[in-house]
Amino acid sequence: MTTRSQPALPPERLTLGAFLGRIFFSIYSGLMTAVELVIDPIQRVIGVNRMAYFFVLPNLLIFGIFVLFPMVLNIYYSFTGGVNLFPQNRPFVGLANFQQIFSCANFLDPNSCREDRFWRGLYNTAFYVVFQVGGMVAFSMLTAVVLNRSILGRGFFRSVFFYPVLLSPVVVAMIWKWILQRDGLINAMLVSLGMERIVFFLHANWAVFWVIFISIWAQMGFYTLILLAGLQSIPRELYEAAEMDGAHRLQSFRHITLPLWAPTLLVVLVLSVIRAVQVFDQVWVLTGGGPGTATLYVVQYIYETAFANQIQQFGLASAASVILGVILLILTLFQLRIGRQSDIA
Amino acid sequence: MFGIGEFLTRTRGRGRLDPTDILTYLYLTLGTILMFLPVAWLVLSSFKTPAALLRFPPDLLPYAQRMVMVEGYDQPLPLFNVRMPDGSTRQMAQVRRVGIEAQMVDPANPDEIVRVNIADREEVREIRLAWENYIEPLQRFNFLVYLRNSVVVTVSATLITLIINSMAAFALSKYQFRGADLIFIVILSTLMIPISVILVPVFLVITGVGWNNNLLGVIVPGAATPTGVFLLRQYMLTIPDELLASARIDGASEWRVYWQIVMPLAAPALAVLAIFSVMWRWNDFLWPLIVLSRSELFTLQVGLAAFQGELNVQWHYVLAMTVLTLLPITLVFAILQRFITTGIATTGMK
Repeated sequence: MTTRSQPALPPERLTLGAFLGRIFFSIYSGLMTAVELVIDPIQRVIGVNRMAYFFVLPNLLIFGIFVLFPMVLNIYYSFTGGVNLFPQNRPFVGLANFQQIFSCANFLDPNSCREDRFWRGLYNTAFYVVFQVGGMVAFSMLTAVVLNRSILGRGFFRSVFFYPVLLSPVVVAMIWKWILQRDGLINAMLVSLGMERIVFFLHANWAVFWVIFISIWAQMGFYTLILLAGLQSIPRELYEAAEMDGAHRLQSFRHITLPLWAPTLLVVLVLSVIRAVQVFDQVWVLTGGGPGTATLYVVQYIYETAFANQIQQFGLASAASVILGVILLILTLFQLRIGRQSDIA
Repeated sequence: MFGIGEFLTRTRGRGRLDPTDILTYLYLTLGTILMFLPVAWLVLSSFKTPAALLRFPPDLLPYAQRMVMVEGYDQPLPLFNVRMPDGSTRQMAQVRRVGIEAQMVDPANPDEIVRVNIADREEVREIRLAWENYIEPLQRFNFLVYLRNSVVVTVSATLITLIINSMAAFALSKYQFRGADLIFIVILSTLMIPISVILVPVFLVITGVGWNNNLLGVIVPGAATPTGVFLLRQYMLTIPDELLASARIDGASEWRVYWQIVMPLAAPALAVLAIFSVMWRWNDFLWPLIVLSRSELFTLQVGLAAFQGELNVQWHYVLAMTVLTLLPITLVFAILQRFITTGIATTGMK
């Protein structure tokens, strides 16, 4: 059934996509009609208006049981000790877990702390957040600006930068482990340039560098896309008007692009900081936290304390989680506050 | 007809190519190399034999030594170029090697064995894809089981997420009811709470429900994504209420309004959420690592990580399995790439 009278279409060709679409839709319709037989009687009993509760219920149940309840429980756990998982078997120890974490002679020196691995993880994470987010946002901005120019094959290049985003942390770690290994591609390049081979993951500084580099490589495409969308939403007329008024390109960038880009930048900053604070899987497969504790991050500490060590210290891990959660909360609120203050536009 | 130079300096609209354009293309070319080279190198390496993987500096392409069948020998023998004492070079197969001496045989004349110094012979190599890197681990390890687990988790989790998130979004966007604002705010505020902050208690809940070492324990907890509810609600707000009202006048039940009117109209947002969900679930690592400790339940990611830990030296298997792990998501991306990038850039941000 078509509303257009012309041009005369050839007899409808059934493409594979259309075919699959039809199959999918008939399955979907069949299932939904079947479900209707169960749900329409419910509507007759509870009435149209209360159907909203029915619709929201499944999501709310799963959300409540697996997100909201655990959040509250996590705080309770941080006040309990022992090695039992179930809360009824866990003695209440008050602030002991927090005291253990905070028992430091000097907070700037992890060596002086009882839980030195937590503090090392925390400082490493802070360093990682600053440089990973800083580097990534800078490269994402540059790439977005470049992709926003009128260039041939923009769609292609946009996909190129986005592709690594789809790869799993484990795959990313394997790819780079192979490239960076002793007989790998990078070392072959170094040798061909007349330099010595480097076993990168035996040197703390190199390990930290590559961990940050690789996570920028793997994630920047996502933020580039968001930043590009932000750039493209800036009306072109503004630039044309500025050009007519004799503004230089840099001036337009400073006075038009940056202020109008700021909200998108803020979103990118908040998202990438939250992501960076949780750094774990990629690095864990890549370096295992080493050499020594050079790439040990907080989430790895939590994971090991609760699940991987001989003695499973759930209370201590929960206390560390609470601290991490508070840090995340403060960071997010802080960024949003700064965002609101600088939001002149 | 236009020349190559004219083609290369062609720009969109602005006529001539200026220096910033050259910088632009330079940046993009370098970027393309940097983004693709690591993956391309992985794929190329995964087709190399263990011997070729040990070579330093490495070859670009997967070379392997040529093997020949020689009359009188059961196994194919490796072929060498041998420098003979008289200065000529002959292609001979190696029967065995003893210290620095190799016993060689001419394939054309299999009866006569020639002894040469191993320094005087060089491998004859040809480009050959070592498919056995892929086939052997699939036969010897649980990889097909991991693959099945990953597919089960990804597909069922995505379906559950799409259904319950869209139902909730429908309620939150199309009904006025007590508590709606509270529910929405609570869901929104947890947008910032990653699962890594609540690992222990979620693990407790899973254990309490009996889903420890059960794929359900991986599938269900993350299904009620706040991102999905938010994205779908914002999209559904743009669907005119009149459409719903007229359907109700025609006698449609609420469920019918939901599945026959709202869902098809929200298809673009649903598609973006589906892509996100597939990506999250296929690539998820930390949570499956905690919930699943029995190897027959591992997902591909956990299996691959465990596999590389055990077989650190068997790079030829590890690389091939890594390629298998990234293949499905790469294929989906190759087919849907324009849709994915524009979808995330537009719908994802609204």
